[in-house]
Amino acid sequence: MSDTIPRTAASGNTAAAIARPGSLYRMSRQRSTIAFLFALPLLVVIGGLIVYPGVYAMYLSTLNTRMNRFIGLGNYTFLFSRDTFWMVVEQSCLFAITAVIFKALIGIVTAHLVNNLPSKGQRKWRGMLLIPWVMPLSLSTLGWRWLLDPTYSAFNWLFAQVGGPQIGWLSDPMWARFSAILVNVWFGAPFFLIMYLAALKSVPGELYEAASIDGATAWQKLIHVTLPMMRNIISITVLFSLIVTFANYDIVNVLTAGGPRNMTHVFATWAFQLGIASGDIPLGASVSLFMFPILGVCAFFILRGVRQRGREI
Amino acid sequence: MTAVTADTASIVKGGSLRRSRRWALITSYVCLGLFAIFFLTPPFYALVTATKSTEEISNQNTSPWLPSMSPTLSNIETLWTQTDFPIYLRNSAVVTVCVVAITMVIAVPAAFSLGRMKFWGSGVLATGVFLTYLVPDTLLFLPLFKVVGSFGLLNSYWGLVLVYPTLTVPFCTWIMIGYFQSIPKELDEAALIDGANHLQMLFKIFIPVALPGLIAATIFAFTACWAEFVYPMAFIFTSSQQVLTAGTITTLVKADVYQWGMIMTAQLIAAMPPLILYAFLMDYYIAGLTAGATKG
Repeated sequence: MSDTIPRTAASGNTAAAIARPGSLYRMSRQRSTIAFLFALPLLVVIGGLIVYPGVYAMYLSTLNTRMNRFIGLGNYTFLFSRDTFWMVVEQSCLFAITAVIFKALIGIVTAHLVNNLPSKGQRKWRGMLLIPWVMPLSLSTLGWRWLLDPTYSAFNWLFAQVGGPQIGWLSDPMWARFSAILVNVWFGAPFFLIMYLAALKSVPGELYEAASIDGATAWQKLIHVTLPMMRNIISITVLFSLIVTFANYDIVNVLTAGGPRNMTHVFATWAFQLGIASGDIPLGASVSLFMFPILGVCAFFILRGVRQRGREI
Repeated sequence: MTAVTADTASIVKGGSLRRSRRWALITSYVCLGLFAIFFLTPPFYALVTATKSTEEISNQNTSPWLPSMSPTLSNIETLWTQTDFPIYLRNSAVVTVCVVAITMVIAVPAAFSLGRMKFWGSGVLATGVFLTYLVPDTLLFLPLFKVVGSFGLLNSYWGLVLVYPTLTVPFCTWIMIGYFQSIPKELDEAALIDGANHLQMLFKIFIPVALPGLIAATIFAFTACWAEFVYPMAFIFTSSQQVLTAGTITTLVKADVYQWGMIMTAQLIAAMPPLILYAFLMDYYIAGLTAGATKG
């Protein structure tokens, strides 16, 4: 009963404001002015540093190398004629999709394992397993580069002890691709672990009890209770991770710098190579804009998922 | 809850459930142990390398995995006295502190306005904030190169202070909107009746109540700034203006001789601030991480 009183008072506000443009009307006008002023710095940052550069990138991609002549889609037709470009497309997709699949799998498995533990120990394990995500990625990749070093690789040393093969982790094209994905999985899996663990905790316990009474096995509970309840958060996490992985620069740049023979370049590193290192900003901008479609598609579905989730809660 | 059911069941069934639960627990520990080895190998190996001299590192007869026979602090010493590492550390600290402060000043009032006050178009704008959070830095660094250049801030860490808010402001605003919206309506109505204006309402009611969210957002902003790599790589070319991530990787790695002991020392020191923050404020960190997808 008590909470209905303010609400009627609020609806009375607008009625009074229409009837008599007095102090209440002024107050609501003032209120939205203040609200706008509060949001103004945000608008400046988003407009000036995200939206404007985004549009500007599209304009830049239509200019020639010296940025003094409009060449329309010339940069794009040039890119399409280059083999390296198609290799970058292939590698970017391979890198992002493979890494996200493994991150999601490891995340789900570890989240279940942690959830199995007595609640006292969960905090400790969760804290330990999240460390890769907390360390700055470019620096931890540097650690990986040392682990996979051509002459002093610690893994190769272990292999040598048991008479195994010596692997050129960063010099053999296939192994270099594998290494880039491995580092990405190492870095990203803890994020999935945390998201899934939070989602697991939010599944009501009654559902499992009901399933137990119906005689469900652990596997059936996973398929028919846990996964449907977590469907939304799984898709949000996967799509989000797809964007971040697709746009990743740190790993490939530090680990292989695109080599050997440009085989490990992804969109971000190749755009950097062309735009900053070779000084052809328009061509680099054209390459980085290829990330935009996948970003748009993922963003659309993430937004839908987040809205649905907002309604559920 | 499950433990209780298992206990009552074991009384009835004579312990078979308890035994199977024990095995499940042991399997969980073993598997988690393997995953922990995978996740912690690089930092462990970095720590092992950091305590060794260059001679010991290049000696292939001793195991690279075992801690040093004669641990040395010479790596830290060289790093501190003969490289630009202290400069990077200082620049990183200046940039991060400035950007975190700017982010909070922009994001908190904006989130209050979008989440609680509402004005024409505020709903669309809140969605827009979320969408801009999804735009990666690798899409923006080339046009921003021109923008930073037009401000005359290329090759200066103040240029980084200008562009880093693109990494932090959208996400911090987004999670603060969620926290502000979860505060009961009655609270601000009571404040309005008592004659508080909007600024007083924000500072006396909303910020104290949403403090956990504010801490989570601050941690996020700090970690994102500290770890940023693309912008300093693109906008900074001289050592005196460089920050930790890019500085460590460009100057130390591209030196004539790889001094891996020193490089690993630099890596560990540079990774320390986020790790220390995380060790003390883990719950806030995790709350911020999960809030992006669950709030709003």
